[in-house]
Amino acid sequence: MSELSELTHPQRAQLFVSNEARLKWHDTAVWFVRKKRDVASAVVPEWEELRGLAAQIKAHTLSRLADYLEEFERNAVKVGAQVHWARDADEHNRIVHGLLEKRGVKRLVKSKSMLTEECHLNPYLEARGIEVVDTDLGERIVQFRKEGPSHIVMPAIHLKKEEIGELFHDKLGTPVGLSDPKALTEAARHHLREKFLAADAGLTGVNFAIAETGGFVVCTNEGNADLGTSLPPIHIACMGIEKVIPRARDLGVFLRLLARSATGQAITTYSSHFHGPRAGAELHIVIVDHGRSAILGREEFRNSLRCIRCAACINTCPVYRRSGGHSYGVTVPGPIGSVLAPHVHPEKHASLPFASSLCGSCTDVCPVKIDLHHQLLAWRQELVKRGLVPLGKRISARAGAWVMNRPLLYRFFGKVARLLLPFLPKALLGAWGRQRDLPPAPASSFREQYRKRRHG
Amino acid sequence: MDRIHPQGGAAGSPAASAASRNEILRNVRAATVKPVALPNVAAGFGVHYPDLKARFAQSVQEAGGRCEFGEVEAVLQRIPEYLGALKVFSMVPGVSKANVTGVVDPHQYASLDFCVLQGELGVAENAAVWVRDFPNRAAGYLAQHIAIVVSGNALVHNLHEAYARLTIGPGFGQFIAGPSKTADIEQSLVIGAHGARSCTVIVT
Repeated sequence: MSELSELTHPQRAQLFVSNEARLKWHDTAVWFVRKKRDVASAVVPEWEELRGLAAQIKAHTLSRLADYLEEFERNAVKVGAQVHWARDADEHNRIVHGLLEKRGVKRLVKSKSMLTEECHLNPYLEARGIEVVDTDLGERIVQFRKEGPSHIVMPAIHLKKEEIGELFHDKLGTPVGLSDPKALTEAARHHLREKFLAADAGLTGVNFAIAETGGFVVCTNEGNADLGTSLPPIHIACMGIEKVIPRARDLGVFLRLLARSATGQAITTYSSHFHGPRAGAELHIVIVDHGRSAILGREEFRNSLRCIRCAACINTCPVYRRSGGHSYGVTVPGPIGSVLAPHVHPEKHASLPFASSLCGSCTDVCPVKIDLHHQLLAWRQELVKRGLVPLGKRISARAGAWVMNRPLLYRFFGKVARLLLPFLPKALLGAWGRQRDLPPAPASSFREQYRKRRHG
Repeated sequence: MDRIHPQGGAAGSPAASAASRNEILRNVRAATVKPVALPNVAAGFGVHYPDLKARFAQSVQEAGGRCEFGEVEAVLQRIPEYLGALKVFSMVPGVSKANVTGVVDPHQYASLDFCVLQGELGVAENAAVWVRDFPNRAAGYLAQHIAIVVSGNALVHNLHEAYARLTIGPGFGQFIAGPSKTADIEQSLVIGAHGARSCTVIVT
């Protein structure tokens, strides 16, 4: 959640939206995933009940989080894992590095972990002489490009296959002009097999940690988490404190929701349940707070900690689809990222809660029923109170409120607007008007039409 | 060099970890959250299918795999990837071509062509088959192609039923649903990302 850039969301989106063809392509590609989610959820008759169960299991866990974390630690140790605690990103990075350094690890393979992205673990380790290889295909692509993921499930969704072809030609020596996804994936398979076989340690994220058994579950389609943990003698798993769930059987609820919400699959190819290390190997679990306990203390934002990182809210968000993941300037983009990021750096991320039309689609698709658009609104109110909203926005909002509190004036302005609308130059609307036409002005206001129907 | 932790001890040292642990738990406890009951999934909850085997086979196909019914060896003899395989490892006894044994280091499986896994239970709604740990389980990921054997009597309708039957932990276990895959390049589904390029589920 800590960031390098201090630009606002609209500023960072500028480059992306200036290429209209590409914007349209991205919009369509992401919407395609949203539609797959709709199909996958519609075939489950009890979908809404599942959402209710998932929301309540998470709400319950958050209401007793410290107890469950202790129970998880106790049971994880019992099955042979070593548990570490990190209050923030910096401590997390130091713990991971300490573990690797002590064991002389030079080559680390990672499977997808948004937490370690959030903590900027890769540059931290690389600066200390450790080769870090992201092994999820999308993650490897963005790592080659030296950029962050633009999506939490499909990290390279912003790229076209031709660009990936060029990149692989440069990095992996594939033939010039090769852009067939199957051939490119094959090249990555060979490249990453070498990395898996040469690795000294493997690092994974955690989708769910089970308090009752001390185990945890990692879900992937590619099998990279499994290769990365079944070959080298050290497995480090990094998790936020909110990842714990009470019982193994609760996974029945979450695994039914996760992949369907994420990619429209019934389940990911691999759902791996780790309980302790392999024979002769070590398992370390790093439990990270990094601002999460502070969110827990804020009632209006608390339920954002239920998030299972499926990205359904991201795929459905009209602003995300048309501005791209990098415009958010944070690891987790979209609606969920926009409610999480301001907790850590409100001044840096003040523009994110405004990157929404408040249409509420995010809330509708969320498998754990996070009231995302309400939280976005709550953040806007709070950011105004803290004086972190630009003057122009504040003045126009205040002017709007002032007019709306005066019905006569409101009606008068409405009449003027209806008269002037056809003659207004589009330029007046600035960036907003570039891709839009002004609507035709209605002949009369709603109020006038209503009165006419009632009396006439 | 590690920076010295404010509470004493380098990051990752037992002293530092205990201090951080206590602080995190204290902060979590300081957030007063009103109690919420833990719900239970009622017995029999979740989608059920009139024809369990047919639905399971369909799910396997949707997950990019093949589902075959019959005796293990008879089915294997119909799988081209098995017939063409040179190095075969099997968890299931009695597989005729199984010729890789005595592996002590999982890296030795790097050139494995085919791996036969023993499944414990299959889930009709999503094709997931539960496979428990075995020595050097990397075989199942390094092999170019896999088959998973599961008894026709061990099929369940949905995941709730699966978890009610399985013992989770201690020890490793996983659901495998079809071959390894990715859609990370322009949303195009490609079978055979890092793990198995094909997955045949043999229902006996």
